[in-house]
Amino acid sequence: MSRRSWKIPDSEVTPEAVYVRRREFLSLGAAGALGMAGAALAFSCKASAKDNAGSGLPIAKRGAFATEEKQTPLDDVTTYNNYYEFGTGKSDPSANAGAFRTRPWTLAIEGEVKKPQVIDIDELIKAFPLEERIYRMRCVEAWSMVIPWVGLPLADLVKRCEPTSNAKYVAFTSKVDPTQMPGQRRAVLDWPYVEGLRIDEATHPLAILAVGLYGRALPNQNGAPLRLVVPWKYGFKGIKAIVKMTLVDRQPPTTWNKMAPDEYGFYANVNPEVDHPRWSQAKERRIGEFAKRKTLLFNGYADQVASLYAGMDLRKSF
Amino acid sequence: MTTLRSPTPPGAPKRLRPGKGPKLARLGKSAVFVACLLPLANLGLDALHSKLTANPIAEVMNRLGFWTLSFLVLTLAATPLKALFGWTFQMRVRRMVGLFAFFYAALHFTTYLALDQAFDLSDIGADIVKRKFITVGFAAFVLLIPLAVTSTDGAVKRLGFRRWKRIHRLVYVAAVLGVIHFVWRVKADLLQPALFGAALVFLFAVRLATSLKKRAAAVKSSSLTGEGAPPPGGGIPA
Repeated sequence: MSRRSWKIPDSEVTPEAVYVRRREFLSLGAAGALGMAGAALAFSCKASAKDNAGSGLPIAKRGAFATEEKQTPLDDVTTYNNYYEFGTGKSDPSANAGAFRTRPWTLAIEGEVKKPQVIDIDELIKAFPLEERIYRMRCVEAWSMVIPWVGLPLADLVKRCEPTSNAKYVAFTSKVDPTQMPGQRRAVLDWPYVEGLRIDEATHPLAILAVGLYGRALPNQNGAPLRLVVPWKYGFKGIKAIVKMTLVDRQPPTTWNKMAPDEYGFYANVNPEVDHPRWSQAKERRIGEFAKRKTLLFNGYADQVASLYAGMDLRKSF
Repeated sequence: MTTLRSPTPPGAPKRLRPGKGPKLARLGKSAVFVACLLPLANLGLDALHSKLTANPIAEVMNRLGFWTLSFLVLTLAATPLKALFGWTFQMRVRRMVGLFAFFYAALHFTTYLALDQAFDLSDIGADIVKRKFITVGFAAFVLLIPLAVTSTDGAVKRLGFRRWKRIHRLVYVAAVLGVIHFVWRVKADLLQPALFGAALVFLFAVRLATSLKKRAAAVKSSSLTGEGAPPPGGGIPA
């Protein structure tokens, strides 16, 4: 772009009437989106696949590791969020993230890689075939959802950058912009939000970088434009609005672990046997259900991931 | 009550005109009663319109807990408000507001028992023993029970005012435990519990200051008259 970024042509200026009524437009848009999502849900998988093809995200593959459980309604997935960058209340993200700018957006990959790179988000979406992954999501607060994510296997991206033999961990960094992320104006957490995975966890086929859910682009409150999804770990491992991935040789710091090391470990694997010091992790409430259900080891993905932790004391490495 | 200690100087307007005063006070009391029910009404309306988030049980518990602490703080604010500004109306509704604190605490606890835990007694027992935030929250609730039970005029008579008052000092302990319960429950954002804590500290400071002042005044007057009489109220801070 040759023009200065702050110069806006008249044609792009929002008419005052629209600006003044922006909230109504937003809510109209939200209502429309919900209506469409409801309609999409009513169709069979095949029909909604067609819908989605027309609505932005081209999905190349469906069904891998998919759970048959009832999916959490879009309305719940997009209004009940822990995303402290936009506020600590569950409905703060949906209330405050609407104007968050997710374009232009780049992801930098650096550190122990032979091919460090900065990738534009739209290039990234085009470069890898997108997959739908219907996963359980278990929050550390003992509630859970079932979410149809759209994303790319993290392993594919890591491999493309050709990690060196020193690459033992992947560190993730989230966006810092207090002007757009009001929650960052208070030091509730140590910004930027950072997370990390062991390299074998990061390249496990279950781990994805999500760019959408319910067949559409990721809503801002769910971590747009790019977030991590590691379904066998507690939700806080799923860092949102990722701007940087660094391959490193030692275990990187992670935000909640820094905040309370005795409560949130680096691994944060879902485990009904290992309680949070302040509450039990044995059960969870599935959003939309009354009775609590039993929490499953590795959130029900033990067959896929248990081997990653063979020989480890999961009580110590929680 | 205050008029006993400081008789109205001649010529000063009487605070309440006979005939009209009690009516006005009763009206004020009714208004406070209705106001205390508003949080519950709001909860009911939001439930009807499915506005209790995707996790309604947690939302209901959070809101009821918030209002319990709010009403406890309001109850404890009655005496300091009198000391600071000379207001007396709040003294007439203090008992009612205190009972509302208990009412919301009971709803909060019932929601935990019935909706959150579905009466799973072994889980509830384990929670109360193992989870310190639940231990202190439960303790705060239990402490409020005798206060609610002895809130009648008859109970004051039966127990005698002094004993009754000593029992009702438990409300301080309950409020402090309630704030600790909140502090230990939140994950990272301590803003709300800190505000409740600050309110309690402020109210306790006002109480302490007034009782010290009273004591100093009593000592002064007793030294002037040459009598070694103890300060009024036996030295128990009001």
